[in-house]
Amino acid sequence: MSMIDEPLYPIAVLIDELKNDDIQLRLNSIRRLSTIARALGEDRTRKELIPFLSENNDDDDEVLLAMAEELGVFIPYVGGVEHAHVLLPPLETLSSVEETCVREKAVESLCRVGSQMRESDLVDHFIPLVKRLAAGEWFTARVSACGVFHIAYPSAPDTVKTELRSLYSQLCQDDMPMVRRAAATNLGKFAATIEAAHLKTDIMSMFEDLTQDDQDSVRLLAVEGCATLGKLLEPQDCVAHILPVIVNFSQDKSWRVRYMVANQLYELCEAVGPEPTRTELVPAYVRLLRDNEAEVRIAAAGKVTKFCRILNPELAIQHILPCVKELSSDSSQHVRSALASVIMGMAPVLGKDATIEHLLPIFLSLLKDEFPDVRLNIISKLDQVNQVIGIDLLSQSLLPAIVELAEDRHWRVRLAIIEYIPLLASQLGVGFFDDKLGALCMQWLQDKVHSIRDAAANNLKRLAEEFGPEWAMQHIVPQVLEMISNPHYLYRMTILRAVSLLAPVMGSEITCSKLLPVVMTASKDRVPNIKFNVAKVLQSLIPIVDQSVVEKTIRPGLVELSEDPDVDVRFFANQALQSIDNVMMSS
Amino acid sequence: MNGGDDASSSAATSGPPPSLEWRFSQVFGERTAGEEVQEVDIISAIEFDKSGDHLATGDRGGRVVLFERTDTKEHGGSRRDLEETDYAVRHPEFRYKTEFQSHEPEFDYLKSLEIEEKINKIRWCQPANGALFLLCTNDKTIKYWKVQEKKIKRISEMNIDPSKMESSSNPPPQLVANGLPADKAHGYLTKDFSFPPGGIPSLRLPVVTSQDTNLVARCRRVYAHAHDYHINSISNSSDGETFISADDLRVNLWNLEISNQSFNIVDVKPTNMEDLTEVITSAEFHPIHCNMLAYSSSKGSIRLIDMRQSALCDSHTKLFEEPEAPGSRSFFTEIIASISDIKFSKDGRYILSRDYMTLKLWDINMDSGPVASYQVHEHLRPRLCDLYENDSIFDKFECCLSGDGLRVATGSYSNLFRVFGTSPGSTEAATLEASKNPMRRQIQTPARPSRSIGSMTRVVRRGSESPGAEANGNAYDFTTKLLHMAWHPTENSIACAAANSLYMYYA
Repeated sequence: MSMIDEPLYPIAVLIDELKNDDIQLRLNSIRRLSTIARALGEDRTRKELIPFLSENNDDDDEVLLAMAEELGVFIPYVGGVEHAHVLLPPLETLSSVEETCVREKAVESLCRVGSQMRESDLVDHFIPLVKRLAAGEWFTARVSACGVFHIAYPSAPDTVKTELRSLYSQLCQDDMPMVRRAAATNLGKFAATIEAAHLKTDIMSMFEDLTQDDQDSVRLLAVEGCATLGKLLEPQDCVAHILPVIVNFSQDKSWRVRYMVANQLYELCEAVGPEPTRTELVPAYVRLLRDNEAEVRIAAAGKVTKFCRILNPELAIQHILPCVKELSSDSSQHVRSALASVIMGMAPVLGKDATIEHLLPIFLSLLKDEFPDVRLNIISKLDQVNQVIGIDLLSQSLLPAIVELAEDRHWRVRLAIIEYIPLLASQLGVGFFDDKLGALCMQWLQDKVHSIRDAAANNLKRLAEEFGPEWAMQHIVPQVLEMISNPHYLYRMTILRAVSLLAPVMGSEITCSKLLPVVMTASKDRVPNIKFNVAKVLQSLIPIVDQSVVEKTIRPGLVELSEDPDVDVRFFANQALQSIDNVMMSS
Repeated sequence: MNGGDDASSSAATSGPPPSLEWRFSQVFGERTAGEEVQEVDIISAIEFDKSGDHLATGDRGGRVVLFERTDTKEHGGSRRDLEETDYAVRHPEFRYKTEFQSHEPEFDYLKSLEIEEKINKIRWCQPANGALFLLCTNDKTIKYWKVQEKKIKRISEMNIDPSKMESSSNPPPQLVANGLPADKAHGYLTKDFSFPPGGIPSLRLPVVTSQDTNLVARCRRVYAHAHDYHINSISNSSDGETFISADDLRVNLWNLEISNQSFNIVDVKPTNMEDLTEVITSAEFHPIHCNMLAYSSSKGSIRLIDMRQSALCDSHTKLFEEPEAPGSRSFFTEIIASISDIKFSKDGRYILSRDYMTLKLWDINMDSGPVASYQVHEHLRPRLCDLYENDSIFDKFECCLSGDGLRVATGSYSNLFRVFGTSPGSTEAATLEASKNPMRRQIQTPARPSRSIGSMTRVVRRGSESPGAEANGNAYDFTTKLLHMAWHPTENSIACAAANSLYMYYA
């Protein structure tokens, strides 16, 4: 047992703790593996540290996960790319452990190391590793194997390439569905590295196997493969081989597979190109929009706008619009909600006339939907709506919906609508706003739910910013200040909050003349909570108002509060006084 | 019956397979005379894994005990000799492997409910790298366990000798965990410190030596808060990534990797609970088709659902129900119709169901009625009233099929279990007792007139249970019931639980 020089002590402890009983210490040591490696030097890192890590692989999953991650960036510490292959053995063991997240990280690191390795090293070290994993006894190794083929393949000699392709094809037919799923997930990546000639034969036959798999979970992963493979193939091959698969998938027995098609639709359309999309995929998409399963319709409805952009207006009006009409009265609220969130994007595609003729009625019916999420989704896209149909038409139908949402039973709905008020205000303009929405904004200040009152105060500030201080002086400030006499202290507190938010927008003059007196009155409130909030508000007013006002009004008020019987009031008053002093000193 | 035409044609030529002669193989936790059974030790779940190399039992105390098969491993090389010398020796033998505490008693403060630790079901998952994985559930919470051999490590050759560190007259600077100096005077751990190019030779890595291994069970995931009612079943999908859990009114679908969300796929809860007429009693995935699952109800029906059809599978694909015989209705009809357990056959073609009186075998291609019914408790019919009084009528007996599908088995009272042959023409119907002499019952069966022999009376009466022999079934001991049993997936070997004892038989 050697004694370590004192300066080396921390690093010595770090190394010892690689094997500490406490998992947290082991984890910390693994996270600083690069420090340990530098302390040992490149040579000993290769000869001692890496073998040490390879042998100690039955640690807890958290430690293994950290180890897998560190080893991915370890090339500099083992002496650069010419020695990168020494990192493969520990990563190989890690990529066959039971825990999925460790395996995934190990595969990621294997790819990272492999992509930097020299070609000859890949042939000598990486390719044998791929083969070993692919022939692994447990499914875990075979799952990981699927994720590293694309690194190995480009550097392999021709005979080995043939072997690798046949290995992958075996993995696509593995007994374990987990392995087939991994093969399906990684097929696109692998295919991207393969020569065109083999792509059309070998890869396509693997792909066909996967598309006909008995397990839904495998087939639905093959859907993503359609998009990636389609982009790799020549357009005519894509139409010949991929398009029929997509059309089949869109009529699959399993709703989950159809859901994937609906979800991936845009990517699939991109892969096959615009012309086949118009002829072949429109009918498929229409079927998905009318699917029996609500989940599929939700996914399909969400893609309506993106899909229509690929089409010309005639096709969209002829085929898609009737479905959209049906969906707007779908039995599932989630379908209507998904539709409501995208439907306005269709307006530019259809043009003004078609929009007013076809889209507007749908839009209005969604705006009257019984389910608040649907209405909210429409209102949140209001700027788009306004551009297309104009303010008059909009305001007629919009207002009842807004008023209803503003009084919704669920406070989260009320909160959502408050957030849209500034947007609405900017779209509707001052005049309309004053008439209809002003009263609502005041009403929210007296909501039963704190979050709503808070949002309402914030809303006032944003309105003041939108319409300017003068407008606010007329339409907000008097009404707000009136409420300071509310008998309930919680509502008075909301007003204080509104005042502190409004002051910076309103500027020094209005603050001094209108807002400050109200705050000063509130400092005489009988409720301590109000008083210490006054102290906080006064503190926030210091930078806004003139030095003289601070000295003349704010400071005396605070001094008085600092002698309050309540400890919290004294605390905040003193804090505010201190900040006055700080401002004075700095100026 | 195990494989369509082939099996039936071979059966036609050779007739039904001969009846099996059951022999006692092993017992674990046998009760000694006069020993009182502790409530917590009573076995509440039994399950073989897919390979048949492992067996798990769960008990009311929340413990899970694992057994491993010994006969296949140890005889490895000399198996051929053994086959030649003594064929009968080669039956599955198990030994205790390990045990762990899966569930603890809990209290639901929101509902003021005690949650028992009792293990309701155990299911094995796909093993990997020699580690075993199981799902265990009590009434509310499902847990995913990993049981793995870990090396016992001894670490030597540390850089810093812990003993010297204590006694050192000149202690090193104040250190916090990880050797980080408390004051930041030392720059070794910061990035900009440059180590000498060859490294520091005096540093060394710890040397780890390990000889022994021990088994460690770790709970990997907890799937909780998804069931309002008591979980009665869990079942793995053949896709290897999902499983279902069923309570009285709902079936949820989980991904093994994700413990914080599940999807409700069946919900039979009526909007008004007063309209409730039927509850889910058991649910199982199809062994091959990952999209199919079956669940049974308290009204005696089995529903097969296809998860491809929709996300919420409230409407079934197939309904298996036996039409009620006219005029047979009584107060007990509905109670005894309740299905306590269902199992798919290994090939997925058949479903075995157990209700209070019978075992029924259903062909999933025929929903007009069961292909076969086996009377288990017919002799108790006159006593239903008593059974109702003492709640025995609500006992939930499990059932099992042999791996080849040629036989089915289920439990009964007095620690008895019955095995029936299912092949066409088979008359095999054995009644066995979970004891070291399982055939005792049958030997006594023909001895009906021997009732007069005084000293033998008790044995005879218990032995003469075959239907009709003792119509009133007086001798039945309703406190000793054999609820849980499992059939080895590949061999004719049965594991069954009699209170706290695990009995194993082979044929």
